[in-house]
Amino acid sequence: MEQSYESAVGTIQRILGLYFVKCLKGGKMSDSDSDDWSEEWIPYSERNEWADIVPIPQDDGEHPIVAIAYSPKFREVFDYFRAVLAHREKSQRALELTADALRLNPANYTVWQYRRDILRALESDLYEELDYLDEVIRDNAKNYQVWHHRRVIVEMLNDSSKELELTEVALERDNKNYHAWQHRQWAIKTFDLFENELSFVDRLIAEDIRNNSAWNQRFFVLKHFGFTSDVVQREIQYTMNRIRVVKNNESAWNYLGGILKYEDNGTGNCHQEVLSFCEELYTSGVRSPYLLAFLIDLYRDQCLQQSNVTESDVLSRKVFNLCNDMSKKYDIVRRKYWQYIAEQFKENLAEK
Amino acid sequence: MDFTSFAKPSNVDGNNENNSTDLHFWKHVEYIENHGKDQDDYEYCMTEFLRMSGIYWGVTALDIMNQLDRLDRTSIIDFIRRCQCPVTGGFAPCEGHDPHILYTLSAIQILCIYDALNEIDCEAVVRYVSGLQQFDGSFFGDKWGEVDTRFSFCAVAILTLLGRMEGTINVDRAIKFVMSCCNQTDGGFGSKPGAESHAGLIYCCVGFLSLTQSLHLLDVDKLGWWLCERQLTSGGLNGRPEKLPDVCYSWWVLSSLTIMGRLHWISAEKLKQFILTCQDSETGGFADRTGNMPDIFHTLFGIGALSILGFEGLKAINPTLCMPQYVIDRLGIKPQILSKP
Repeated sequence: MEQSYESAVGTIQRILGLYFVKCLKGGKMSDSDSDDWSEEWIPYSERNEWADIVPIPQDDGEHPIVAIAYSPKFREVFDYFRAVLAHREKSQRALELTADALRLNPANYTVWQYRRDILRALESDLYEELDYLDEVIRDNAKNYQVWHHRRVIVEMLNDSSKELELTEVALERDNKNYHAWQHRQWAIKTFDLFENELSFVDRLIAEDIRNNSAWNQRFFVLKHFGFTSDVVQREIQYTMNRIRVVKNNESAWNYLGGILKYEDNGTGNCHQEVLSFCEELYTSGVRSPYLLAFLIDLYRDQCLQQSNVTESDVLSRKVFNLCNDMSKKYDIVRRKYWQYIAEQFKENLAEK
Repeated sequence: MDFTSFAKPSNVDGNNENNSTDLHFWKHVEYIENHGKDQDDYEYCMTEFLRMSGIYWGVTALDIMNQLDRLDRTSIIDFIRRCQCPVTGGFAPCEGHDPHILYTLSAIQILCIYDALNEIDCEAVVRYVSGLQQFDGSFFGDKWGEVDTRFSFCAVAILTLLGRMEGTINVDRAIKFVMSCCNQTDGGFGSKPGAESHAGLIYCCVGFLSLTQSLHLLDVDKLGWWLCERQLTSGGLNGRPEKLPDVCYSWWVLSSLTIMGRLHWISAEKLKQFILTCQDSETGGFADRTGNMPDIFHTLFGIGALSILGFEGLKAINPTLCMPQYVIDRLGIKPQILSKP
């Protein structure tokens, strides 16, 4: 499980594409004096090669009530960046300046955009840019701008040979990193890298059987290859085997439900097999809400298709009993949901 | 985030804590009003690129707490005007940055709260947004071509608030793209077709469908259950299976369930308790979870979630647009909301 700090930071970035104040807490990308480059730091104003540039200070509005005390390094780098941007200077030194600015604030998307302009203008070696990004991504794996830049560079190179490894490394550090998964899916789709993806997913599920991202990736891969009846059969076995290991695994149950839909009308052999599997679990004493929910779905569908009145009665009683058990014993928090499901079913029966 | 340049001189408020409730109401007001004053300035530099959204979070939270007059309307509107890009019509988060659809939505939301849309060039905003739509119905976030369901939501939210949804974008295609991001396994939505379901993105997609009056496309029972499953024993909600609970997911899950008419499927009482434990009783403000450092982002979503849960003393909030309901009523907007079954 990921650290709460990382998750707190990631939450905001994931949703809004923003890098937020919490980086303060961890001191990442810190502008403080304790960071690893302060000793060799020479201010831009003392560098001969920058003598021709007049830095442009930040305009904090006409009447700032509180003057902003930017740290000297931060202020200077961005003052020079503003000057370079104003001149539209696209040079090697400007490229290096953007790296300094991004090191101070990797979420500043204006700097990334300008960096791309420079790379294009200089016709820089984009493989060097990929190496640079390997490092930046390692330190900022939940930053939207960084991943986007990576994607643009890969597109410019039309070479995706390093993307699977890059994302694999990121996922080793956090196996649910949404950015890494997105990037991986994009590379796989764009450059047709589906071939070995299933074994990668297998490995991740073996490492963490509850990893919802990996289960989702499994669906993504198989949807591409097509859900033939062989595949459906195989996947059902695969999933049932994993549910036998961890019964209360939301991801696996959801996956099983998704796969089962690909069987014709839900009446074929697989359906029966899954039903027996669920009943076997139930009989052995398993009361996972996911199992019970699945049984309710299966009995309900069967009942509504059943023309024999006696059989139908048996099934409907099972549905009502299970809903009742859910709302009173196994999933009390969500009892209103189960009461609703029972009500709905009653209406469906009446319409039958 | 720094509101100091927007804050009016502080009003003296006598009675501190309301003892009938656990909400540290005045502490939060103070926290938002003074945000930035006693913070490291480093924070201000680092968040420059999202300042517009930061202002939206603060303005909305204060309005929900009926304390909007603590910020200076004029200087905020001036700031927003300076952020509109004269070329594209979109809004930058701050002067000197590039426009993006995220900050364009924040700017429009603030202007709507202040009833000040006439202060900017709305036609240019409409052109900016419609220009970001792609052939497949999706939206770019800016000219650099990132595609994400968040941007689909931003686009229709902006156009709805401006009353310009008709004839400006291809709504059918936009809907088709969003629905292509719906996952068969759990009924949820991800950022792109095939991407994992995620409560924040579900909010964007459900909100999108609410604004385009197409909630009938949802498998409400299935998605509703998945969303209910996000409630953990602590009462808090997470955003994906096996993740930690977080106050901002309280908002995203809660607003989605409210739009779908299924709010009663989770335990409101337990969630309320969880949210209240995420308050910082010393400084004010809400953190993502108990014991962490508060920030303005989680403060809005904590307050917003409490408003949805009917907490006393808070104005009603619109679940689709995350803005005070009276503002939505004033604009004559009616995002679709399903009734309780």
